Amino acid sequence: MTNIFNYIDRPSPIHRLTGATKLVCLLLWSLAAMTTYDTRFLAVLPVISIVLFRISKIRIRDVSFMLGFTAVFMVLNNVLIFLFSPQHGVGIYGTKHVLLSLGGNYVLTKEQLFYHLNLVLKYLSTIPIVLLFVCTTNPSEFAASLNRIGVKYTIAYSVALALRYIPDIQREYHEISQAQQARGVEMSKKQSLFKRLKSAGAILIPLVLSSMDRIEVISNAMELRGFGKNKKRTWYMGRKFRRADILCMAFCALLFALALILNAANGGRYWNPFISIR
Amino acid sequence: MNEPVLEFKNFGFQYNAQSKPTLVDINLTVRKGEKLLIAGPSGCGKSTMAHCINGLIPFSYKGEISGSLKLFGKETKELSIFDISRHVGTVLQDSDGQFIGLTVAEDIAFALENDCVGEPELHRRVQQAAELVDIESHLLHAPNELSGGQKQRVSLAGVMVDDVDILLFDEPLANLDPATGKQAIELIDQIQKKTGAAVIIIEHRLEDVLHRDVDRVVLMHGGRILADTTPAELLSRDYLSENGIREPLYITALKYAGVKIRPEMHPESIRTVELTEPAKEKVRAWFQAAPPAPAEPERETLLEARDLRFAYANGHTALQQVSVSVKKGELIAIVGTNGAGKSTFSKVVCGFEHQQEGTLRFNGRDLMELSIKERADHIGYVMQNPNQMISKTLIFDEVALGLRTRGVPEEEVTRRVEETLKICGLWPFRKWPVSALSFGQKKRVTIASILVLEPEMIILDEPTAGQDYRHYTDIMAFLEELNGRGITVVMITHDMHLMLEYARRAVVFSQGRVIADDSSASILTNPDVISRANLKETSLYELALRCGIGDARAFVQRFIDYEREVCRK
Repeated sequence: MTNIFNYIDRPSPIHRLTGATKLVCLLLWSLAAMTTYDTRFLAVLPVISIVLFRISKIRIRDVSFMLGFTAVFMVLNNVLIFLFSPQHGVGIYGTKHVLLSLGGNYVLTKEQLFYHLNLVLKYLSTIPIVLLFVCTTNPSEFAASLNRIGVKYTIAYSVALALRYIPDIQREYHEISQAQQARGVEMSKKQSLFKRLKSAGAILIPLVLSSMDRIEVISNAMELRGFGKNKKRTWYMGRKFRRADILCMAFCALLFALALILNAANGGRYWNPFISIR
Repeated sequence: MNEPVLEFKNFGFQYNAQSKPTLVDINLTVRKGEKLLIAGPSGCGKSTMAHCINGLIPFSYKGEISGSLKLFGKETKELSIFDISRHVGTVLQDSDGQFIGLTVAEDIAFALENDCVGEPELHRRVQQAAELVDIESHLLHAPNELSGGQKQRVSLAGVMVDDVDILLFDEPLANLDPATGKQAIELIDQIQKKTGAAVIIIEHRLEDVLHRDVDRVVLMHGGRILADTTPAELLSRDYLSENGIREPLYITALKYAGVKIRPEMHPESIRTVELTEPAKEKVRAWFQAAPPAPAEPERETLLEARDLRFAYANGHTALQQVSVSVKKGELIAIVGTNGAGKSTFSKVVCGFEHQQEGTLRFNGRDLMELSIKERADHIGYVMQNPNQMISKTLIFDEVALGLRTRGVPEEEVTRRVEETLKICGLWPFRKWPVSALSFGQKKRVTIASILVLEPEMIILDEPTAGQDYRHYTDIMAFLEELNGRGITVVMITHDMHLMLEYARRAVVFSQGRVIADDSSASILTNPDVISRANLKETSLYELALRCGIGDARAFVQRFIDYEREVCRK
């Protein structure tokens, strides 16, 4: 079965970091990647992510589904930007090097291509690291770490529970879909999109109804064991920071600082190579 | 007398959404260290009682309370649910659903974490509680790596970790196989002796709970307490069967034989019941009065599975050398523990999974040629939980779904759906929304939605799970009626009563293999099969031995035949 969002337990230095460290690193890393459009900086981040993937022993095929999903999204995003705003790059970089005229307003410029390159790099800098975080962070530790960085534990715990139930719900989806196929609900790709959407309802409605039952049981069970009693709680899986944790967080903080410095040096979020070309 | 820990006085409760009170005039005192069984049919109010005891009422389920309920002398409505949970530990019915943590250790620690217990006390107390229920070697296991019995131990540890004074079990046997259920009752008994906590068990499977001593049984019906007495006293009267509770089988057999049950006989368990020589003679006479068994009609083979082997993608072999044949018009049971292969077998038959080796023939035709949908025209599959199948809001549409997807003309759909609704006793509800139905009625809707396709055979996964004796009897009477119309019925179950009373033949799975294929009476008197399949000996077997009847199998068969002939008109 495809693995959409799941913790994969393999011994690695990344797995050994505390959940809080990984969360803080993820946030700093994403902030760094988001703040700047400096191409040199954005080109380095994916390289580091590949190295981190290697260290974590998470294989590409473990996350292939999500990678494929985001790739489609990335292409769509690029195409739409070009369709609606073909002069976007020209607007940003202030120069216009025409490569190809496509008729009407549609002119392919170096600036536009360069902007799209930056956009692709942004995807490559953030998505892998998010996947890495999801695959190497034990959901129960994840709750503890959210709580540690200041999120209310009731909210933190519900996020963790949602993650914990994903495999169960996947299994249930599979079972329901088999039984509905037996009743003649077509799920194959031969059907038209409309028919398939209708069929999806035949599976989703029972899935939602049985999940509601599940939610009632679990929330009763939690309440009966004192969940929500105090403002704070302790965590069985909570761990103390070690040196590696501090180092990782420091490294990610540096990345973020570097992004800010680059922004200041470039006089804005964009690094503009076209000025020197001229 | 010990001090009372829980006291109901003229207590009543009415849910906000309901027009009538669910509990009326409840007077009940539970004392320290007592062990109490609350029994009654579905809808009698026993679950509502449980909610009142653990504080879900009035804190989660809103409604109007009358009278008084005191916990250690304090009105519960003046406490908070958290105050109550310090004293009352609840083990819910669904051992899977109540597993909160990602591992055993976290789940046990849950209550302590919420109480802000820090290191190293947290780890120490988790370890202690795990040792108490004998699960300490599995601390880092995830719930899906545990059996049903182990999950229940974890739930128990999760409430014991708080040193509670009252342990409340809501239908602890519902999801366990017979052997594990027996162990659960033994474990509850041990824990009570070790900790001195008061134990309240809510359950309708009386015989299984009485496997260990119980101080009192509270029988409920229609929201009221009908009886509050010792098990011996209760079993000596006819209260139980009149109120939709299954009597222990040995008691029923003794009554059939004309033996009067009296409290002095210690009838609470087959091990304690005293049988005088005249009583034994009566049982023997009843046994010998059996009419000769009618010859089983010769039947043609409908489904023939030969040497099936199936392994999941992760390498786990779920079926090996499985050969089963089902004859036309039979009603059989497939039994075995969780993971024994019985569900996988039905998935392979329905075409949800494909065997790697072996053949499957239906009416002589190779099933491999047929798709899931085509197989479903011949073999219907009904899932355990009706909520997993129902996708339409109106009963009519739900039943019509399979016909409509097959492109049957609308006039014929109407005709066939109406006919099926009549057969299934759902005609009066045809205009109702599905959500207004009870669990048992929903089950009927799902069976109807399969029957409408006119299959020759239906496979039902745990058809009676979660239902009390009366609803269970209703569903089974219905299935027998369908069987009488010529439909072959295969039931997957771990309910021994079901198999004993309704299935002439049972196929037993264990670790992916078929280990027995015989009459139900033979299987439930075969110690080897019983232990390998996690079943439990029926008390009838013991009764036969104690009355000096050598052929226990024939005695069990006599009981089944007598029930079938006399009690079901």
